Amino acid sequence: MAFRPQHEIHTRRFGRNVGVAVLLVGFVMLVFALTVVKVTRGDPMKGFDHVVEPALLPDPGAAP
Amino acid sequence: MTDIRVFDAVPEAGFGDYVQLLKPRVMSLVVFTALVGLLVAPVRLHPVEAFAAILFIALGAGASGALNMWWDADIDAVMKRTKGRPVPSGRVAGAEALGLGLALSGISVVMLGLATNLVAAGLLAFTIFFYAVVYSMGLKRVTPQNIVIGGAAGAFPPMIGWVAATGSVSIEAVLMFAVIFMWTPPHFWALALFMKEDYHTAGVPMLTVTHGRKATRAHVLVYALLLAPVAIWTAATSIGGPFTMAVSVALSVWFAKGGHDIWRRDEAMAEVDKYAVEKAFFRFSLLYLFVIFAAYLIEAALKIYGLGGW
Repeated sequence: MAFRPQHEIHTRRFGRNVGVAVLLVGFVMLVFALTVVKVTRGDPMKGFDHVVEPALLPDPGAAP
Repeated sequence: MTDIRVFDAVPEAGFGDYVQLLKPRVMSLVVFTALVGLLVAPVRLHPVEAFAAILFIALGAGASGALNMWWDADIDAVMKRTKGRPVPSGRVAGAEALGLGLALSGISVVMLGLATNLVAAGLLAFTIFFYAVVYSMGLKRVTPQNIVIGGAAGAFPPMIGWVAATGSVSIEAVLMFAVIFMWTPPHFWALALFMKEDYHTAGVPMLTVTHGRKATRAHVLVYALLLAPVAIWTAATSIGGPFTMAVSVALSVWFAKGGHDIWRRDEAMAEVDKYAVEKAFFRFSLLYLFVIFAAYLIEAALKIYGLGGW
C-alpha cells in the first residue's frame, strides 16, 4: 500500500514540532550550563560520604 | 472510498508565526540595550550568566509583545500596517497568544531571577506588567501621551541589564533609562508625521490626530531638547568619559537641530519635498540610539586598556 504524499499542513506541523524540540533541548542545556557555573563558583561546599568525621561530632565535654 | 481531507480554510500557524508574536524587531533593540547595560556595569558576570540574563530579558520583552498582540488584535485588524499580524490574520488564536505571553512571562522572570538576582527579575516582571497592563490595556487608547508611556517600557532593558550584573539600581542605570525614555517620543512622533497611519479608524489617540501636526512638531522639538541634558549627564557619570561626552554632545546638537528643522516646517512645506526632513530625522534617531549605546560600550572597552573613563 502506497502512502499518500504528505499534505502541506503536516510539513508545517512537523516544522513547528522541530522548533519546539530545539527550544526545549536548548533550554535544558542552558539550565545545565548555569548549574555548572553556579556550583563551581558557588560557596565552598562539602560532600558527605558516610564516614564519621570527629571534627563534626558535638564536643562531649561541652555543657549541654 | 473517501479519505479525510484537510482544508486550508483555517490557516494553521507555522513556527514563524509564534516568533512574530514576540515582536522580534523590538527584541533585537532590547538585546542590544540590555547587553550594553550589562557590560558597562562595574560587576562582571560569568559569560553563561550574562548570556542567560540577556536571553531572558529578551524573552520577557517578547512575552509582553505577545500579550500586546492579544489585547490589541482589534486595533491591529483595522490598521493596514498591522492587519497581517498572526492574531488579526487568524493564524494564531487570541487565547493562544495570551497563553504564550503569560507562560513566557513566568519563565523569563523566574529564570532571570535564578540566573542573576531577584531585583533584576522584579524589574523585568514590572516591565512586562507596565507594557501589557498599564500601557496596552490602560493608557494607549486613552491619552495622546501614549507614546511617552510606552517609551518607559522600552527604556527598562538597559536598567535590567545593569541590575542583573550589580544587583541594585544606580544613577547610571536610571540615566540610561532616561536616555531611551526621552528619545522614544520624538522618534515615534517623527514617524507619525510622515507615515500618516490610520490611527483614527482604530480609535487610538495619536498626538498627530488629537492635537494636530503643528503641536506634534513642537513636541518633537521639546523632547529633542530635553534629551540633550540627559545624554550629557549620562556621559558625565562613571559609565562615561571624554569619548562618550564628545559623542553625546555631537549627537545632542544634531538631534536638537533636527527637531528644530521639523518644528520650523508646516505641512505645505513637508508635502513639497515628501517629508524629506521628517524621514531624515527619523532615520537619524535610530542611528542616535545605536551610536550612543555603542559609545558606552566602547568607553567600557577603552577602560580595560586604561584609556577611557573620567
